[in-house]
Amino acid sequence: MAVVFEKTKMLTDTVFHYCPGCNHGIAHRLVAETIEELGLEDNVIGVAPVGCAVFAYDYFNCDMYEAAHGRAPAVATGIKRVHPETCVFTYQGDGDLASIGTNEIVHAAHRGEKLTVIFINNAIYGMTGGQMAPTTLIGQKTTTSPYGRSEEWSGAPIKVCEMLSQIPDCYYAERVALNNTANIMKAKKAIKKAFQYQMDGHGLNIVEILSTCPTNWGFSPVEALKWLEENMIPYYPLGVYKDKGAE
Amino acid sequence: MALTLMKGSEAIAEAAIRAGCRYFFGYPITPQTEIPEYMSERMPEIGGCFLQAESEVGAINMVYGAAGTGERVLTSSSSPGVSLKQEGISYIAGAQLPCVIMNVMRGGPGLGSIQAGQGDYFQATKGGGHGDYHLVVFAPASVQESIDIMSVAFDTADKYQCPVMVVADGMICQMMEPVVLPEMKEYKVDLEKKPWAANGHGFSKPAGRSIINSMYITTEALSEHNEKLQAIYREIEANEVRFEAYNMENAEIIVTAFGTVARIAKSAIDDLKEEGVNIGMIRPITLWPFPYKELHDAAMAPGVKAVLDVELNAGQMLEDVKLAINGDKPVDFFGHYGSQMPTPEEIKEKLLSMREVL
Repeated sequence: MAVVFEKTKMLTDTVFHYCPGCNHGIAHRLVAETIEELGLEDNVIGVAPVGCAVFAYDYFNCDMYEAAHGRAPAVATGIKRVHPETCVFTYQGDGDLASIGTNEIVHAAHRGEKLTVIFINNAIYGMTGGQMAPTTLIGQKTTTSPYGRSEEWSGAPIKVCEMLSQIPDCYYAERVALNNTANIMKAKKAIKKAFQYQMDGHGLNIVEILSTCPTNWGFSPVEALKWLEENMIPYYPLGVYKDKGAE
Repeated sequence: MALTLMKGSEAIAEAAIRAGCRYFFGYPITPQTEIPEYMSERMPEIGGCFLQAESEVGAINMVYGAAGTGERVLTSSSSPGVSLKQEGISYIAGAQLPCVIMNVMRGGPGLGSIQAGQGDYFQATKGGGHGDYHLVVFAPASVQESIDIMSVAFDTADKYQCPVMVVADGMICQMMEPVVLPEMKEYKVDLEKKPWAANGHGFSKPAGRSIINSMYITTEALSEHNEKLQAIYREIEANEVRFEAYNMENAEIIVTAFGTVARIAKSAIDDLKEEGVNIGMIRPITLWPFPYKELHDAAMAPGVKAVLDVELNAGQMLEDVKLAINGDKPVDFFGHYGSQMPTPEEIKEKLLSMREVL
C-alpha cells in the first residue's frame, strides 16, 4: 500500500496533553512540518514557554529548552549568539509573550535577533485556568474578569503584530488564524516564511496565530471556531504587518 | 612574573576571558559597570560575544540560553541587579547548567548606596531565588585573588554542573593593584563531558536530543531530581571548602571576616601582633560551602577564648559562624552597615575591649 500521509518526524510520539478542539496541536504540526520541509531537522533548537505549551519540549523532536515565563526571546538570544548558523525558534502564548514577556520580545525585535517567534493568541490564560490575558477582548468574561473585561479598568487588548511592526529591526510580522482550512494553509505559508527569513540571516520574524481555547472560553470546539471568527478576527485583523523581504 | 597594575573590575573580566569565557551578557549598574565596559571592548578582539541586555532579567536568561550550549558564560551585576537575576538563577540551578555570576556588592536594602557592601551574604549563600538549591559562592579579598578565583569558578561550575557566584564588593572592583594574569585558555565544548549540551543536532545525536529544563511535573520525578541536586551539594560541601587561616598560632581571639573586610581586619591583627597581642583569623574563601568544621576546630584550640565576626552588614555570616561554633565558645560581632567600611582602629578597639572581659 502506498503511503499517502505520514506524521512529520519533527514531532515525537508523545501524546499531546492539549484539550479537545484546542488549536495548539495544529500549530505544533505546522511548525514541525516546516522544520522538516526546510531540511532543518538536524540544525534547530526550540524554546518552549510557560503556559499551555509548557510541555512543547516533549513534542518537538529536536534540541529544546524550557524557558521561564516570558523569557523565551532572551533565552533564544543567548542560544543564537552561540550558534548563529542554527535555526532557533520560540513558541509562546499570549500571557507569556504579550504580558510578562513584553520586555524580552520588544528588545529581541529591537536587536533584530535572527529568530522565529511563534505566538499563539487565544485571548486567555489557558494553563492556569482561564484568567484575563492582555489579549482578552473587551467584555470577554474570564475568571479574573467575571463581569467582562472593562476598557476603563484594564485598558484595551494589546495588538502585538501592530506594536512590533513599528520596530525598525523587526523583519517580518504576520497575523494568521487556524479557524478554517484556508486559513490553516495561509498560516503554514507564514510560518515557513518566518523560518526561511531566519535562515537567510534576517530577524526578528514573528507569526501571531489566533487560536481557540474551547475549555476556558466555555464553548464546544465548533462554537469556539465561530467565536474566533466573529470576535477575534475583527479586533485582530489577519494579514502581513511587516515584511522587509517583500519591500 | 611581570606585574601589571590593574583595576579590579577589569582584572576580573580579563581573568574570565583567560579562563575560556567567550560569552558575556550584562547590564550597567554601579559599581560593576567597568566589567561590561571592558567586555564590550575585549570580546570582539578575541572573537567572543558581548551583548548588553535589555535588563538584568534579560541578561540572566541569555546566560541560561548560552550556558545550555555548554560554553563558558559570565554575567555580572551589583546587588539590586542581582536581585533581578534571581528568577533566572533558580532556573539555571534547576536545569543544572554551569555558568558564573559576579555580584559586586553594594549597600542595601533597596537602591541603597553605590559604595561597597556585604549585605547580600544571605541572598548568595542561602538560595536567593525560589526552591532548594545552592550556589557555590567565592569571596575573594584582593584583586589577585579575584583573578585566581575566576578560573576556579568556571572549573567548579563545569565539574558540578551548577551556577557559581563570585561576590566581590565595590572596593575590590574599583581599586588598582599589581597583579599577575594567567595564560589565555581556549575552551572547547566537549560533548563527551557535556552530553546534555544543545547544539541543534538533537535529531541525530546518539545520546538523544538535549532538553534544557527545570520542570518535573510529578512529585516523584521532582523528588528524584532534588535528591540528585542534594547529592551534588553534599559532594561540594565535602570537597570544595576553601578558607584562609591567618596568624592562628597562640591566638586568643579568632576573627572571622570575608572579602575586603577581612583585609582590613588583617591590618588590625598585624598592629596588635606588634603590641604583643595574638589574634587569629579564619577567612572563608567559599561562603558556601562554609568552613563549619574548620572554624570549629580552630576555635577549639586551648588558648582561644572567643570569636569575633566582622562584617559590612548587620551580621549575616554571623549566623554561620554561630552554627560552626555551636555554643562551644562565645561569639561576638562587630559590623557596620550603610557601606561605612570598618577601620582597623575600630576593629582593634573592639578586640581589646573583648580581651578585657575574657
